[in-house]
Amino acid sequence: MVALVLSNVGKAYRRYAHPRDRLLELLPPRRPRHEPIWVLRNVDITVQSGESLAIVGQNGAGKSTLLKLITGVTKPTEGAVHRHGRIGAILELGVGFHPEFSGRQNILIAGQLMGLEVNEISRAMPAIAEFAEIGSYFDQPLRTYSSGMQLRLAFSVATAIRPDILILDEALAIGDAYFQHKCAARIRAFRRDGTTLLFVSHDPTAVRSLCDRAVLIERGAIVQEGPPDFVLEHYNANIARREAEYRIRAVEGAVDRRPAMRSGDRKATIEGVDIVDAAGASTRAVLSNASIRIRVTVAVHAALETLTVGFLIRDRVGNDAFGTNTYHLAAPAVPLDVGARYVCEFAVGAIALGQGHYSIAVALHESDQHLVRNHDWWDQALAFEVLHAGGPHRIGIVDLPVTSTGLRRL
Amino acid sequence: MIASLWRYRGFVRTSVARDFQLRYRGSALGIVWTLLQPIGTVVVLTIVFTRVMQPRLPGGDGFTYSIYLCAGVFAWGLFAEIVQRELNVFIENGNYLKKSSFPRSSLPLIVAITAIINFVLAFAIYFVFLFAIDRFPGWVALWTLPVILMIALLAVGLGILLGTANVFFRDLGPAVPIVLQFWFWLTPIVYPVAVVPDFIKPWFAMNPLASAVAALQDIFTGGQAPTWQTLVTLAAIALIACVAGLAAFRSQADNIVDEL
Repeated sequence: MVALVLSNVGKAYRRYAHPRDRLLELLPPRRPRHEPIWVLRNVDITVQSGESLAIVGQNGAGKSTLLKLITGVTKPTEGAVHRHGRIGAILELGVGFHPEFSGRQNILIAGQLMGLEVNEISRAMPAIAEFAEIGSYFDQPLRTYSSGMQLRLAFSVATAIRPDILILDEALAIGDAYFQHKCAARIRAFRRDGTTLLFVSHDPTAVRSLCDRAVLIERGAIVQEGPPDFVLEHYNANIARREAEYRIRAVEGAVDRRPAMRSGDRKATIEGVDIVDAAGASTRAVLSNASIRIRVTVAVHAALETLTVGFLIRDRVGNDAFGTNTYHLAAPAVPLDVGARYVCEFAVGAIALGQGHYSIAVALHESDQHLVRNHDWWDQALAFEVLHAGGPHRIGIVDLPVTSTGLRRL
Repeated sequence: MIASLWRYRGFVRTSVARDFQLRYRGSALGIVWTLLQPIGTVVVLTIVFTRVMQPRLPGGDGFTYSIYLCAGVFAWGLFAEIVQRELNVFIENGNYLKKSSFPRSSLPLIVAITAIINFVLAFAIYFVFLFAIDRFPGWVALWTLPVILMIALLAVGLGILLGTANVFFRDLGPAVPIVLQFWFWLTPIVYPVAVVPDFIKPWFAMNPLASAVAALQDIFTGGQAPTWQTLVTLAAIALIACVAGLAAFRSQADNIVDEL
């Protein structure tokens, strides 16, 4: 049986250049004066009854909007949402709580806000108080509670009655480890009894232990779907990559300005060095074993017979990791014109380096090595980072494809 | 909408109770303050206008003016409280609307019920005062009910309309109280309509609140029942306001959440 179907769901918010445009829009001729800002588009999700789906994605990817659409707090701009069964949603803990009222009074209103009847709440009241473990504070005003107690009470009332579909927005990261464990246990018990779970979280452990399936949302669209491990790995790699690029760009300028790293007779000069990923975008953070290209732009200033372009990758302490050049690669030569610019690319099929920081040195020279007629030698022309792409843990600067048989008795 | 409101009647009831509890939380007299406020109004208006300023309505004694004044002030109080609070109801409860799924129409309903309870308590004090000075008009006072109902419906309709619009056009928030202030003084509450120059009177007739207030003043100062014409006109205007308010709310209910 299907618990939830989202078919081609999209949500756009309206952006008006000026508040008066909203007013003008109401007046004839009624032409739209707003710009639709799509936060979700073409989202198709089907959740079977009893299934447990994790929704992962960075802040601003559209996860919260998706949950609001599923719970019916907001309506989709296009497409349709069909739900079957009573929904219990914890989009935010403690909605409806007021600090001046006691725990008991707040449970009443929070429960009613969830659509429960007074007698249902009264019956569940002792269990709610017990689960939240607030003891003698139960009839004291909420303002005297610690924040942990408030969260416990909020979670307790929100999950007091088992819903058919439970929607959790990062609500599990509450309280101490003991209470988190207790919350997870309650959710597992719900699942055993047939509750469908939709779960938004950044916590990989919680996602792995509670969900059968995950979707990754990026910029308002589902970009990955599958088993939690698979999706989480993809997600984490993406995050790490973005963080690393940001960090590296911040320090890159400093690296470039070191004059001592540059030497040569300048008959030809290196104009620029770049790493581009498989999609052709410039990057400074690559996943281990990804396919990349190292792009070197060269300007020729004097008459030259031949020109060799070489690169050398070094690890963070300066050990050579890998180097080669167009001479050894037997790359085709072209006639060289004085004053012209050239580009040379090295395609690296799989950058089999271990995770860590690396730099690239680039050299322009003649024949096979840069000690002879060195035109331009640029040490640390750029820095980049290799990120763990998933798979087994390993250390070191190379990423060897390793498998193991495990112990076998001899 | 009615069905979902009925399912959430418990929530509405608790919210109304909470509103009153919250107002006098921690005060020793508690709910008594709800009564002391209108008592204060009656006493002040009576003392100021029968002893200090001593204006006279044609054909009345000292108390007549105070009776006249209180009827108008309390009726206006109901109208202004509803409009003013409905104006901000969605903005103030933005967090509820954005974070939980419940009938949104329960919010204006809670506001209206709270204001009506306030009014009933105030008017009960007014009745006590009338009995005390032996000026209770008798059964004709029952006409208060339809008139007050019309005032409340007019206020709710107008309030929901303005409250919905206020989410999108926040200028209404500060503008409406100013308009209400003018409206108060353009309604014969403090002064009798007789002092209004003749050439302005047709304009005054266009103020639905003026005829509602006048109907109440006539009930309590002269023991006169309102004419059917007055009641029908009022009912029609209240109905139009409610239809307009609900239509605006229903068409924009989904956008309200997105805008908050």
